[in-house]
Amino acid sequence: MKQLLILSGKGGTGKTTITSAFIKLGEAKASADCDVDAPNLHLVMDQLTEPERADYYGLPVAEINQNLCRRCGKCQEHCRFDAIKDGDGQYRINAFACEGCGVCEYVCPQKAISLRPAVAGELMLYNNDMVFSTARLKMGSGTSGMLVSEVKKRLKDAASADLAIIDGSPGIGCPVIASLSGVDMVLIVAEPSLSGISDMERILETAAQFKTKAAICVNKADTNPENTERILAFCRERDLPFVGKIPFDQNAVKAINNGQSIVDIDCPAGRAVDDVFNNTMDILVYEELK
Amino acid sequence: MKIAVLSGKGGTGKTLVSVNLAAVAEVSTYIDCDVEEPNGYLFFKPEDVEQEEISVQIPVVDQDRCRGCRDCVEFCNFNALAYTSDRLVIFDDVCHSCGGCVLVCPYDALQEEEKPIGRVERGVSEDVNVCTGILNTGEASGIPIINNLLDQETRGETLIDCPPGSACIVMESIAGADYCILVAEPTVFGVHNLDMVHELVELYNKPHGVVLNKCIGDDNPAEAYCRDQGIDILAKIPFDEKLGQINSNGRIAAREDDDFRQIFADLLHRVKGAGR
Repeated sequence: MKQLLILSGKGGTGKTTITSAFIKLGEAKASADCDVDAPNLHLVMDQLTEPERADYYGLPVAEINQNLCRRCGKCQEHCRFDAIKDGDGQYRINAFACEGCGVCEYVCPQKAISLRPAVAGELMLYNNDMVFSTARLKMGSGTSGMLVSEVKKRLKDAASADLAIIDGSPGIGCPVIASLSGVDMVLIVAEPSLSGISDMERILETAAQFKTKAAICVNKADTNPENTERILAFCRERDLPFVGKIPFDQNAVKAINNGQSIVDIDCPAGRAVDDVFNNTMDILVYEELK
Repeated sequence: MKIAVLSGKGGTGKTLVSVNLAAVAEVSTYIDCDVEEPNGYLFFKPEDVEQEEISVQIPVVDQDRCRGCRDCVEFCNFNALAYTSDRLVIFDDVCHSCGGCVLVCPYDALQEEEKPIGRVERGVSEDVNVCTGILNTGEASGIPIINNLLDQETRGETLIDCPPGSACIVMESIAGADYCILVAEPTVFGVHNLDMVHELVELYNKPHGVVLNKCIGDDNPAEAYCRDQGIDILAKIPFDEKLGQINSNGRIAAREDDDFRQIFADLLHRVKGAGR
């Protein structure tokens, strides 16, 4: 299974819009949403029936048995995550700050602390004529990278398709790094703003560190032609494949708000994405032949 | 007053709102907590920048002392240590710096060492103190950088530009805030993620209101959501080509256009009233 991951560094450049179009254009039988912090792809997926749901257990969370606690304070002293607070005559664990390392349990002379499994999110697998794997991290949880790996594992286990299209999350940190693992190629959706260019450079650097091949497209390209030109020049300079420009198009917003993909309607953005898709697939297939 | 600006979804205009609010305040501190993709400094272009390196503690092993008991390997819940081919191997990138392995080692074979993960830059742009956290590429977590940023003296109004999402990193960013501004765009994606951060600020009992950005036409699912939920709408920023131009070129709208200055001055006034 060839895996194409769509990333951007900066948020809101159009990852999900382009992912949903690519799924349609490639008639992909496998897809996943790795933006577990703020998943949206399911909102524009066709004919979703009820998914198979599963709880996701992240790292455990410490719990203090107040009956055994003698208030020595060793747990608080050793906790590196500031997750143990002394208040109302009791030491309490802040479950949001606790990373489940187990140091408090180890140092407690009273054996008053234990680590308990904790649900940190929910996994959803839609398995019809296409497989779609997604998840939602529970608010305030910190193990998004592990959940991303789980989303991808469930996709791989369930799907036997040739092509998988995967929507990524913004940023360059742990969920992005987890989503990069094992993919054949990344498409970076850049935006022609100074912020967009700076973020594109950082995500390209990250992809390169994990030795993942990257291609670049510019969304809303006509909103700042000079900056679009700068992105093109950057790609030429670094010998990075540039796969196309997509214009700003109000129809895109309308399509999304109707739960459609932009290639479901006839619009300039949809036509441009078609070219971007073909150029991207050429690179993905060419790499395979090499 | 400490004002956190968040959105759930990326690219809705958090940086636009926080940068421009900081610019219209008489004296202010702008803190960029989006350490994975910091952008605020591109607008402020701060001067007299001082850098502080941010490090975490990572274990290093003295192979001569290690007897291969594997106590540390067993203890580590993050699988950051392994014992293979008669050697202890440490995987820095998954280590959470809890210090547990050093505690459990019976032979004092492990020690901690500083490992840089990024930096904080502090500079000045007119009457704004500009603080930026920057995570090194390839590093997984910027939380130690955010903690450094939030644990400092600030001057005047403090604007906290949060990372997207609603995970732990966002919670850290809003924990000390007096007021939260949620920025939403008029799409079903925007609404879905607004709902997530709304839940977050309710959980934290933070006074909050919404700024509707990129408003275009009459159909605004985010506005409908706010009315439905009874959330204060603090301002509506139109989808505007001129604003888009100024912003995408890394300039500050409130510093060069009176109309935009007024929009953000009104917004700041409103937030200060609501947070009181």
